Amino acid sequence: MSDTATNHATFVIERIYAAGPRRVWRAWADPDEKFRWFGPRVLTKPEHELDFRVDGIERMTVQAPDGALYTFAARYQDIVEGERLIHTYEMYRDDARISVSVATVEFEPAGAGTKLTMTEQGVFLDGLDTPAEREHGTRELLDTLATHLESAGDGA
Amino acid sequence: MVDRLTRGPASVSDLARPLAMSLPAVVQHLHVLEASGLVHSEKLGRVRTCAIEPVALRAAEGWIAERRTAWEESLDRLDEYLAEHPDEPPKRSSNE
Repeated sequence: MSDTATNHATFVIERIYAAGPRRVWRAWADPDEKFRWFGPRVLTKPEHELDFRVDGIERMTVQAPDGALYTFAARYQDIVEGERLIHTYEMYRDDARISVSVATVEFEPAGAGTKLTMTEQGVFLDGLDTPAEREHGTRELLDTLATHLESAGDGA
Repeated sequence: MVDRLTRGPASVSDLARPLAMSLPAVVQHLHVLEASGLVHSEKLGRVRTCAIEPVALRAAEGWIAERRTAWEESLDRLDEYLAEHPDEPPKRSSNE
């Protein structure tokens, strides 16, 4: 019962901010500031930690309306102050890993403001082969086996 | 190739025709797609027909779209946040 699939994708998002690069950078690098825009809108007391340095980690778990816990777990791979940051991150839904990505964020002056370019390259996992699904699949298989043995028993 | 298959099932030669790929390369590519669960194929007589697995495609598109949307929302909120807080907050006294 393996329903695994890997899907690779790249996407790029661009934004222009009125604030200058130094200001925008700070909103990414400062844990308190980062949480203000990256954390959930509705405060559900999520845990958020950010250790903004190369090899530092960031982690945040947020509860979705359906009760599932989504975890963002990142590691900072490259930081060039005010210019770019690269982090690799995984997303989890409860205990199931749903994506593994490299995200590059670049900051460039644009007049008085900042052009931010985010490039994400990721492998998006099926989301189907979660432990719960796997358990379900195994149980189905065992049920089938039981039924099969029963009918075989009848024939004997 | 996936793009073509989203318009309906096709034979391997139909798939190969518009592509600048040799038939063996197309077949190899199909194997990868089949292994990933995105595509299934069926041999009817001498013709192998390929079709998309709609569930797998939806799941794949769903995750990617979800990630992208999540970042777009965050980056829009960053804009709101910066507009509301144009100045840098004072540095916290407790430096690490």
